[in-house]
Amino acid sequence: MSRWPRVAVVVFPGTWSDRDFAHAAELLGWEARMVWHAEAELPDPDAVVLPGGFAHGDHLRTGAIARFSPVMRSVASFAAAGGPVLGSCNGFQILTEAGILPGALLRNDHLEFRCDWQSLRVERAAGPWLGELEQGETISLPISHGEGRYYAEESVLDELERTSRVVLRYTDAAGSLEGDANPNGSLRSIAGIVNERGNVLGLMPHPERAMEAEVGGSDGLRLLRSLERWLVAQPAVSERRP
Amino acid sequence: MRWLAEVHVRLQPGIADPEGQTIAGGLRSLGFDTVSEVRAGKLLRLGFEAPDRAAAEAALTEMCRRLLANPVMETADWELRAEDDALTEASA
Repeated sequence: MSRWPRVAVVVFPGTWSDRDFAHAAELLGWEARMVWHAEAELPDPDAVVLPGGFAHGDHLRTGAIARFSPVMRSVASFAAAGGPVLGSCNGFQILTEAGILPGALLRNDHLEFRCDWQSLRVERAAGPWLGELEQGETISLPISHGEGRYYAEESVLDELERTSRVVLRYTDAAGSLEGDANPNGSLRSIAGIVNERGNVLGLMPHPERAMEAEVGGSDGLRLLRSLERWLVAQPAVSERRP
Repeated sequence: MRWLAEVHVRLQPGIADPEGQTIAGGLRSLGFDTVSEVRAGKLLRLGFEAPDRAAAEAALTEMCRRLLANPVMETADWELRAEDDALTEASA
């Protein structure tokens, strides 16, 4: 039996969450294809994932070197054609460095590496990666980063808000933005944003590490599951292929 | 002709710099209580070939724009000198 959808998981030197995504794909019944960063072409995937880690050692800046890896040209074309792309953690950092998503991720305001379960408010339950969630609900996903402080100019932040592209915000378990809810000093508590078309999601949390109640929660499974229904509803999915 | 450049990359003014703030706090706790601000940054030392100063400056500008600094949140400025000058200084 063939597995579906087929997801390309991009692996850079220093990527660490590719195996976790492969495990998530296994649980979902998806086919995960690992794509080494030096490959110029993607293997005709239904979706692309940029996993977390420390691509190229995070040298210079997180994502700064990875954005020039040969595979990134194909990822950018895939995204521009409307293909679903998810960048988690280091993947989010790479997407901002590549200019596929606006803004940047800076050192956490407390300078600590933060590895914990984190509550998040779903601000917009739509698109390939969030359609199965409920607007306004509070979910819980692991975070694991030292550079997650979302920054963009005020005008960019206003535009993101105006166009409902801030899709996930850090909260406490009760869903409040106040107090210590924000784990890294992100402006406006931003944990995840999408591009104009909504097909590219960048988020600091790790949905692929929240797939089973036994390890603490399965909201990541619900989030990733969104892709299937979205793909089925896309008449253009086959047309976007060359 | 060989050139040496020192590129300073900093967070743009106005962006919170927790590393700088932490260092400032350390200095104040040592008794340097007049220290009001520290901004941390990166120093990159580059050696490269270019036919003349204008070409070296053009190359540096392009290197900063495309890779060394992220214009979303950083600034870059640099000092540039011909390697012979630099070697003289280094051996002094």
